[in-house]
Amino acid sequence: MLTREDPPRLDGPALPAELSRRLYRTMLTARLLDTEAVALQRQGVFPAYVSLRGQEAAQVGSAAAMDPRRDFAFPTYREMAVALALGVDMAGYMASHRALWHGGLYDPAASRFAPVNAVVGGPVPHAVGWALGEKLAGRTGCAVSYFGDGASSEGDVHEAMNLAGVMSAPVVFVCQNNRWALSVPNEHQIAGGSVAARAAGYGMPGTAVDGDDAAAVYTAVREALDRARAGGGPSLVEALTYRAAPHSTSDDTSRYRDPGEERAGERRDPLPRARAALEAAGQADAAFFERAEAEGRAEAERIRDAVSTTPEPDGSDLFTHVYREPTEELARQRRVWQEEVA
Amino acid sequence: MREALNLALDEALTEDPATLVFGEDVGRLGGVFRVTEGLQRRHGEHRVFDTPLSEAAIAGMAVGLAMNGRRPVPELQFDGFAYPAMDQIVNQIARMNYRSRGAAPMPITLRIPSFGGIQAPEHHGESLEAAFAHVPGLKVAAPSDAPDAYRLLLQSVRSDDPVVFLEPKARYWDRSPAPAGADSGGDPAVGTARVVRSGRHATLVAWGAMVHRCLQAAEAAAEDGVQLEVVDLRWLKPIDAAGLAESVRRTRRAVVVHEAPLTAGLGGEVSALITEGAFARLAAPVQRVAGFDVVYPAGPLEPQYLPTVDRILSAVQRTFG
Repeated sequence: MLTREDPPRLDGPALPAELSRRLYRTMLTARLLDTEAVALQRQGVFPAYVSLRGQEAAQVGSAAAMDPRRDFAFPTYREMAVALALGVDMAGYMASHRALWHGGLYDPAASRFAPVNAVVGGPVPHAVGWALGEKLAGRTGCAVSYFGDGASSEGDVHEAMNLAGVMSAPVVFVCQNNRWALSVPNEHQIAGGSVAARAAGYGMPGTAVDGDDAAAVYTAVREALDRARAGGGPSLVEALTYRAAPHSTSDDTSRYRDPGEERAGERRDPLPRARAALEAAGQADAAFFERAEAEGRAEAERIRDAVSTTPEPDGSDLFTHVYREPTEELARQRRVWQEEVA
Repeated sequence: MREALNLALDEALTEDPATLVFGEDVGRLGGVFRVTEGLQRRHGEHRVFDTPLSEAAIAGMAVGLAMNGRRPVPELQFDGFAYPAMDQIVNQIARMNYRSRGAAPMPITLRIPSFGGIQAPEHHGESLEAAFAHVPGLKVAAPSDAPDAYRLLLQSVRSDDPVVFLEPKARYWDRSPAPAGADSGGDPAVGTARVVRSGRHATLVAWGAMVHRCLQAAEAAAEDGVQLEVVDLRWLKPIDAAGLAESVRRTRRAVVVHEAPLTAGLGGEVSALITEGAFARLAAPVQRVAGFDVVYPAGPLEPQYLPTVDRILSAVQRTFG
């Protein structure tokens, strides 16, 4: 499998020019939006933010392989570029980082993108259940379950993978191994060193790919989705990447990361690599890159402004969504709130 | 009660193709208590199926199935094994409707054979109701006899909210007949308690198997001319505060009986509700009879742990000063 020391390569599988360009545009927009989000945290608009910087290829490549008309993604909290690639309402997505609403203010059912979830192993069995629902209905949709190297230590992830293997559920587990689970590196997180290798124990194919090569990730996830759709059951794709930013805006990597490693991580940056690959393949010219930059920046700024001005939820929303069929006691407490708080 | 629960599940599976029954051993075996007996044969392996021994995954897959339009009725085989699934129950099932602002409803009925009284090994007899009742987004039911088990289970499966359904193992062999084939969907609303025995001297409040124990106590008291009212709470969330107050305003005395340890048990909540709703009419402080604050004991000690008729009657006496 790939290791951290592998030099950047440009020999990933060639994709059609339009797809390669789309991957690049989305990755760039995600990078620009991520940068805006960090700025919003610095300005006090977001109480905190979790950057995905460095993971754009793993996220955009995998999401672009999905069919958003029939597939469904189950994220944790660092999958902003997946949301962007799937066309989720990004102001609604970013609202979770502004702490306006826990799961985000987008519609998960319409977006095919489950609510943001901070229990990192929690959504993984959800993906299996959703996928099983597709299989039982005789449909061809697949679930894509996103989690990280840290989450791979959670029991729910193992239970979910075993269940998926036993049930032959059409689900693709995408582990973004960004090397760091907050301050804990892979060698202290993953016995055996590989998440992908675990797949064999669950009766499914496991592939480790260069997670900084969008084309490689796209191809691996596409193969896994095609297999699942054809009745071949689940797969695990481990995208080896690097969390170029701190865990969150509250984190200080200098306490646990070697600056030399961070500099090496910068050399893995998927964006210059994607640009070099596009240029080498003759799939994009200078005008394309200029336009991508201008359009990405405009989009990032539009989303930044939209999330900054999104109104806070109404106070009564405290009570609105706790139950579908509200209880008398909650109605009483709502009256108390109305009289004593609102 | 097993037959009544089985009938309710059979009807639920028949009336809505979205309903799915799954868990450990619920398929071919029909469940370790045989509650799901014959369901797989009648409704097929796609509607009623076994899962790996995997509580978190069972509860977690229910979330995904619900998000895909299903109405899951998972079983966790024993109460003590609900703890490994607690994250999925508390952080996921209970919150997904809220988290998604109503876009991902969780019409899940999580069946858990619960409580003690059958001298089972460790983790096979526990009372988790206070833990579940404390969680916003969950509803909690605990039937006490066969006909009510039938009604409550159908009500739970038809509800669009997640219900933790605590089946008292000690009452599985209760043979009081289920209403055969009767559609009882029009029964009292979710959160309604019921008076299972009328009386005028004091109210006993209980749920699950302790309702039966209270009826035994009421029977014994009647021999001495003391008429005890027995209220079966049935719904542990929401709790029928009005119904409790109504009974206690009449009898002026109340004893809450439960199997769970005393401290921070649901008896404290029930006691507070009675005090808030009937204080002016109370002739004495509300009394509690509960399990002790000890690890759920091994079989031979179980009869000393569970509330007895004598302890219940002593508590009644205390309310008379």
